[in-house]
Amino acid sequence: MPTGKSTPTNTPMGTTPPMLDYGFMRNAFAAAAIVALVAGPVGYFLVLRGQTFAGHALAHIGFTGATGAFLIGISPLWGLLGMTVAGGVAIGLMGERLAQRDVAIGLVLALALGFGLLFLHFVTSYATQATALLFGNVLAVDQATVWSLLALGVVALAALGVIARPLLFASLQPELAEAKGVSLRLMAVLFLAIVAFATAEAAQIVGVLLVFTLMVGPAAASLRLTRRVGPGVLLAAAFALAEAWGGLALAYETNWPTSFWITALSGLVYGASLLPAVLLETASARPKAAP
Amino acid sequence: MIVLAFRDVEIALGGRTVLEGVNLAIGQGEFIGLLGGNGAGKTTLLRAALGLIPPRRGAIEVLGKAASRGNPAIGYMPQSRAVPANLRLSGHDFVAGVVDGARWGLPLLGSEGRREVDRVLELVAASALAHRPLAELSGGERQRLLLAQVLVGSPKLLLLDEPLMSLDPSHQAGVVELVASLQRSLGLTVLFSAHELNPLLGVMNRVLFVGNRQAALGTVDEVITEPVLSRLYGTRIEVVRLGGRIFVMAGAQDMARDTHGCGDHGHAHGQEHSHEHSHGDHAADA
Ligand SMILES: Nc1ncnc2c1ncn2[C@@H]1O[C@H](COP(=O)(O)OP(=O)(O)OP(=O)(O)O)[C@@H](O)[C@H]1O
Ligand SMILES: [Mg+2]
Repeated sequence: MPTGKSTPTNTPMGTTPPMLDYGFMRNAFAAAAIVALVAGPVGYFLVLRGQTFAGHALAHIGFTGATGAFLIGISPLWGLLGMTVAGGVAIGLMGERLAQRDVAIGLVLALALGFGLLFLHFVTSYATQATALLFGNVLAVDQATVWSLLALGVVALAALGVIARPLLFASLQPELAEAKGVSLRLMAVLFLAIVAFATAEAAQIVGVLLVFTLMVGPAAASLRLTRRVGPGVLLAAAFALAEAWGGLALAYETNWPTSFWITALSGLVYGASLLPAVLLETASARPKAAP
Repeated sequence: MIVLAFRDVEIALGGRTVLEGVNLAIGQGEFIGLLGGNGAGKTTLLRAALGLIPPRRGAIEVLGKAASRGNPAIGYMPQSRAVPANLRLSGHDFVAGVVDGARWGLPLLGSEGRREVDRVLELVAASALAHRPLAELSGGERQRLLLAQVLVGSPKLLLLDEPLMSLDPSHQAGVVELVASLQRSLGLTVLFSAHELNPLLGVMNRVLFVGNRQAALGTVDEVITEPVLSRLYGTRIEVVRLGGRIFVMAGAQDMARDTHGCGDHGHAHGQEHSHEHSHGDHAADA
């Protein structure tokens, strides 16, 4: 744990758990909550549309933006956001049907990471900053960052609320949606811009390498367990929140990295979401096995 | 009343002319079978009617107005119906996602929207399976849900692109019968594309045959003839009628084949799909 733990910034309030006595822990819980509530719903549509690779790529592209931001001396959050939005719009413009799309995304992503490495090469305080970028450092989030995250989160969720209906239509039945007047390309661009916001947020908590864990893990588990869109979106958000907060609490108790615990919980929840189907399969296979 | 009209239409895709000089008029309440080999232009013709492909020449009119995207009077079932195989969303929500789907905002259904979903599910007799996840439905059951999606918003003209694809003969008959009964009870006009003529023989009023960049519209007796089809396939065609079914042959090849009719006239067809493909492409290229 950081040294901050030994200096409580506030008087303890009998009803709250002791870890919330620390300002950095309160910031961490607030940031984790904001990010989880954005990543869950955005992730639901990302998984529904089968675009998880694009989401993964965006996070890595963001790494370049963040290291570039170090170089020119602005906050890495803005560098990350700028790059992910640009990347999201570019991938969206490539269109739904381009057969080579994943190859193109992969190449752009590799190129971006190469530049990220080059930028890091010029940044002096290399190791800690790089580690924080790659794997996250939620305990270092300050109050100003929490407010930035809140603002970005509100924008992302509001935008998702505006496009949710045609986005769902375009995700379930693209050609029919197109015939009914939905622009598939506009949907792809707007949605990936929203994903870019969510990615920049999630990277503050778990780092660019592990954005998948908050965005895709909870949503994929929710899609396995729910049959309705509304409850599915809410469950994805609830899973993301539980994993992020659970990870923070476990990190507080064990002194292990928060990001590790979040990935562990995310993997656990997804694994558990597969169980009902596996159990059903073995249950229905058994009578056949015994003649 | 003319529901769909093409006037001297020419359509090109990627610089290649797919259809030219197409003239046709389809009236209210007609059931039209849209036939032709692979690559003949069936999907292109339907997408042009939807306003998704602007013609290079000529005019396309739907219910008296120029074809344009987002026409609520048209219901469309696309050919590629890639429902993700592991999607656990319920059939109900799969259909509900289409209701007023082009409007901005949250996908919440009002009471009117919910009634619409219930109505279309009932029309295709899918109310009972609508709560089950898509991943657990058979191809035929999914087909009924896709048909329910087509009916959302009470369209007047249905453009169905190969609804019989990957169904066995008994399910094919079921889908044809379902569409025909909806067409009668709701007074719809239907353009139904297919590779095989025979499943549609009992229900269609006229046939629209495309091939060799041309289209021929008329009754089965007018269009399914050796001179017309020889022109559309660009090769000499024989038409054989046998036990109420019609076989369209080029040499020994059956072109508009009936699945369960394969062996009926003494040809060992086996995996005949590849043959059909090459013939269709040849016809379009010629
Ligand atoms: N985007 C495109 N660019 C260029 N050519 C195209 C394009 N889409 C289709 N074509 C060509 O247009 C022709 C008609 O295609 P279309 O999909 O309409 O055929 P179809 O009759 O529906 O065939 P199938 O039975 O295989 O579905 C084909 O020769 C095809 O190669
Ligand atoms: Mg087609």
